[in-house]
Amino acid sequence: MRAAVVVFPGSNCDTDVVTGLQTVLGIAVDRLWHKQTHFDAAYDLVVLPGGFSYGDYLRCGAIAAHSPIMAEVKRHAERGGYLLGICNGFQILTEAGLLPGGLRGNAGLQFICRDVALQVANRNSPFTCALPNADLTLPIAHHDGNYLIDDDGLKRLQDQDQIALTYTTPVNGSVANIAGVLSANKRVLGLMPHPERAVDQAVGNTDGREIFLSLQTTIGA
Amino acid sequence: MSKPVATQAAIVATDEAPTYSPQVLRGLGLKVDEYERILELLGRAPNFTELAVFGALWSEHCSYKSSKKYLKTLPTSAPWVIQGPGENAGVIDIGDGLAAVFKIESHNHPSFIEPYQGSATGVGGILRDVFTMGARPIALLNALRFGDPSHAKTRSLVAGVVAGIGGYGNCVGVPTVGGECQFHACYNGNNLVNAMAVGIAQADKIFYAKAAGIGNPVVYVGAKTGRDGVHGATMASAAFSASEQASRPTVQVGDPFKEKLLIEACLELMNEDAIIAIQDMGAAGLTSSACEMASKGGIGIRLDLSAVPLREADLQPYEIMLSESQERMLMVLKPEATAKAQAIFAKWDLDAVVVGSLIAEPVLEMQWHGESAGVIPIAALVDEAPQYDRPVAALASPSQQPVTLTKPVAILPALQQLLASPNLASKRWIWQQYDRHVGVNSLSDSGAATASDAAVVRVTGTRKALAMATDCNPFYGAADPYIGGAQAVVESWRNLVASGAKPLALTNNLNFGNPEKPEIMAQIKAAVTGIGDAARALDYPVVSGNVSLYNDTDGVGIYPTPVIGGVGLLADYSQRLSMALTQSGLSLVQLGSSCDGWLGRSQYLLTVEGQEAGAPPPVDFAAERQVGELVLALNQQQRLAACHDISDGGLLVALAEMWLTGAGTDAANALPLNVQLTPDLPASDAGFWFGEDQARYLVATLHPDQVLAAAAEAGVPALLLGQTTAVAAAGGTAGETVGKLTLPDGQSITRAALQTIHESWLPAYMQG
Repeated sequence: MRAAVVVFPGSNCDTDVVTGLQTVLGIAVDRLWHKQTHFDAAYDLVVLPGGFSYGDYLRCGAIAAHSPIMAEVKRHAERGGYLLGICNGFQILTEAGLLPGGLRGNAGLQFICRDVALQVANRNSPFTCALPNADLTLPIAHHDGNYLIDDDGLKRLQDQDQIALTYTTPVNGSVANIAGVLSANKRVLGLMPHPERAVDQAVGNTDGREIFLSLQTTIGA
Repeated sequence: MSKPVATQAAIVATDEAPTYSPQVLRGLGLKVDEYERILELLGRAPNFTELAVFGALWSEHCSYKSSKKYLKTLPTSAPWVIQGPGENAGVIDIGDGLAAVFKIESHNHPSFIEPYQGSATGVGGILRDVFTMGARPIALLNALRFGDPSHAKTRSLVAGVVAGIGGYGNCVGVPTVGGECQFHACYNGNNLVNAMAVGIAQADKIFYAKAAGIGNPVVYVGAKTGRDGVHGATMASAAFSASEQASRPTVQVGDPFKEKLLIEACLELMNEDAIIAIQDMGAAGLTSSACEMASKGGIGIRLDLSAVPLREADLQPYEIMLSESQERMLMVLKPEATAKAQAIFAKWDLDAVVVGSLIAEPVLEMQWHGESAGVIPIAALVDEAPQYDRPVAALASPSQQPVTLTKPVAILPALQQLLASPNLASKRWIWQQYDRHVGVNSLSDSGAATASDAAVVRVTGTRKALAMATDCNPFYGAADPYIGGAQAVVESWRNLVASGAKPLALTNNLNFGNPEKPEIMAQIKAAVTGIGDAARALDYPVVSGNVSLYNDTDGVGIYPTPVIGGVGLLADYSQRLSMALTQSGLSLVQLGSSCDGWLGRSQYLLTVEGQEAGAPPPVDFAAERQVGELVLALNQQQRLAACHDISDGGLLVALAEMWLTGAGTDAANALPLNVQLTPDLPASDAGFWFGEDQARYLVATLHPDQVLAAAAEAGVPALLLGQTTAVAAAGGTAGETVGKLTLPDGQSITRAALQTIHESWLPAYMQG
C-alpha cells in the first residue's frame, strides 16, 4: 500500500497523519506539497489532513479546494484511488465537490474539542470494514463541523449507504448526526473526527487504528 | 540602502532644534525628566522619530525600569539551565541533547480593550518568543483572571478572551494543554491574560539575538507593517482611565495562519547554516528587535525604513519603528545564505526583505528614502534606559491572625457550594474550546481519566515527557504579597510533582498595579522576594519572565498576581500520575502537614462565609520539599494510583475533584465507584475539610501500609481518609447503579449530582 498526505499551507495535522499511518500500518508515507500539479498515480491512498488551510478565513476549505494540487487529487479519485479527508480535509472534499453536502459553523458557534461516541453506519466500506462490532470513541476538534445536506441529498446518502459514521448524540448540529460521509463508490471518505489522534495507547485511546487497518485490509499491505 | 551614512553632526546641522510639549512626551510614554535625560545623552534635541524610539524602549514594558532592581535578586541558575532571563525565552537541558524552551507573557491591557485580538496576539507573541530560539512549540498554557461575574463586562470578556486564545492556538496547531481561571472584583477594570508557550529544541542548536559581522544583512520576514499596535508598549505601561476605548487602534490584529507559515519557514531555515541572530518583533516592534540584536552584539545597525514592506503606503518613519504588527521577525543572515533563506521563505509565501545591515559604530541609524531619519547610540537606548528605585511604602502589616471557626459546619452543603462557585467550578466551557490534542503528544487530558495536576506532554521520538502548569492564588497575595509569591512557586512545584515529574525551572508573570504608588512597589518587592526564596529553597530557578505593571483602573489596582509557569521532566512517561480515581479498593491518604485547618483567605471563607479575612496559610519550604520528594519516591516505587495536590478549597474539594475526573468507574469492570470516608474523622470541622494548609497531597493507593510506613520513615504526617469501592461490592441496595460519596457524618451524594453542580455554573453563566 502506497500512501501520501497532502500539505496545504496551514495544515497542522499532516505530521500526525503521517506518523499514525506509519505506526499503525508500518508503511512509508510521502508528503505532497499543495503547489504540485501532479503526483504519482501509484498512490493507493491520499489523505487531506486537518488544520486551517490558507487560514480558512473564508469558508473552511474553500481556497484549498482550488489549490494547484486539487486537480490531481480529483484525477486520483476518478482513477478509483482511495481518498481520506479528516476535519479540514473533509471540508476541502465537500468544497471540491468530491463529497456531497457542506460543513457549516457548529450549532453552538464555538470550537469543540472533545471525545465523541460514534456509531458505525456502514461497516462494509474500505475505511470501516475492519471495525469491531461496537461504537467508536474518537476525538473531534473543529469549529465548522455542522454537516448540511438537503432532504434529497440525505435520502441519496441513505439509499446508497454513504453515511459512514454518525454521532450517537447531537454534537455540532449536523443533519442526521452525520460525522463521516462516503462517495458513491465508497472510495472517498470525509469525516470530522480525528482517527490519527487515537492510534497510540499512550494517549489513552486506540479506536482510530481500525480505520487505518480497514484500509490495509482493503488495499493490502 | 543607498545614501552614505548620515552622521550625528549632519542631523544637528540640518534640523531646527525641536521642542516638545509635556503632552507630546506623555503621548510617547515619556516623563519630562526622562526627556531631560535624552537631551543630555544625545547632546541635542531628538527628532520626532528618535523621540518615539526612546519612548518605546524606555517604556516599563521594554525596560523593566521599575522592577529590574528586584528581578535581579531572583535565582536564575542551576546545572540544567542553558539560558536564563534576558533572551526571548528560558532554556533548560532535558537530557539526550534536547532542551525545553519556555516563557510566559501577559497581554492584559490589549485583552481588556479588544478581548479576541488582544488574547489571540498574546498567544502569537509568546509562540514567537519560543520558536525564535530554534524550538518547535509543543504546548500552550494560560492564566486568566476576570472581574466579578456580576460585573457588566465580565461575560463578554470571558467569551472574547477564550475565543481569541482558541482561535489562535487552534489554527497554528499547537495544543493548549493547561491553564487556570479565577474571578474577583479587583479585575473588573483589568482582566489578566497571561500566555505560556513551551517548545523543544536541540540543546546545541539554540538561536540567540546577538548580532555579529559588520556588513551582514538584516532581513525582515513575515507580515507587512501597518499602524496596529503603534504605542502598544507604552499602553502596556500606563494606567487605564474609564475612557480607555481611545486606545483601541493600538491593539494588534493576529494572523495565526501567517504565524504557522513563519514557524515552519523559520524552523526549516534553522536547519541550514544561515542565521547569525534572530529576534521576533514583539513589543515596540522593529525598534526593540533591532536595538536588542545590536546591543547584544555590541555593534550598530542601519535600517532603511523605506525598504520595510508596508500595509498602508503613508506610514511615517516613527510609525514604522513603533508598529507592533504581528507575525514579523528580524534576522541577521550570513551573506552567502541569503539566497537560500529567500528560497525557503518564497516556498512558504512569506515576504523576506533586506532592510538594513550591521555597522561598526554602535548606533541605531534610520534612513528614509535616502535621507537620514535619525541616529541614536544603542547604549543610550538600552543601557541608559532609566532604572527607578521607586519609593516603597511599608507593607500594610499583613494579618497574622488565623481564622478559626468554632461552630460546627454542615460539610456536604458547603462542598456543593464550593464546587459551584466561580473559582472552583469546572472550567470545561473554556478548555473544550481549545484544541488540546493536536500533535498527539498530550498524555493528560482535561477532565479525562488521564488528567493530572500539570499537563503532561510527550517529547516526540523519546520516552520523555514534560509536565507544565500555571499557578497563582491572588487571594493570598492580597493579604500578604510575600506569601502570594512564595505560595505560587510551591503550588506550581507541587502540581509538577503530583503529575510524576521532577520540577526543573519556572517562568513568571508579575501582574501588579501602578508602580508609581509606593504601596504597589511594596507588593512587588515582597512578592519577588517570596518567589526568590521559594525558588532557591526548591532548586527551581527562574529562567524567563515578564512584568505587567499599571494594572490599575481609575486608581484601583489589581491584587498582586505573580503567576508562575512551572516545567518539570518525566524521564519516562510511564511514570506519569493522574488525578482520577479509576479503581476500587484504593485507600485515600493525605500526605503532609499536620492540617491546622487554616481558613484565612480560603475559598471556603470567601464562598461560604462571604469573607476575605485573616492571614493566608504559611508556606514552609522544607516541608514542601520533604513531602514532594516522598511523593516522587512513592511514585517511583509504583505505590501510587492517583495523586492531587491539595490547594484551593482544601481537602474535600481535592477529593471531589479526583472522583469527578474521568468516568468515575472502576476501569476493570466499568462499575461506578463509591468513595467512603472514615467515620472517625471530624465530621463538621470546616478547617479540617476546607482549610488550605500548604505542603499537602491527596494520594490514592492500593498499598496503604507501605505508603503510611514510608511517610512515617520520612517524617511526613499521613492520614488515612477512606476508600474507593465498586458499587456492586459496596453492599448497595439491589439495582443501585450510581456511585456515591459518603461523608463521616453519614451524609452522601451521588456522583451524578455532584458532577452536575460542578459542571453547571460556567455554562449557565455564559448563557447569560
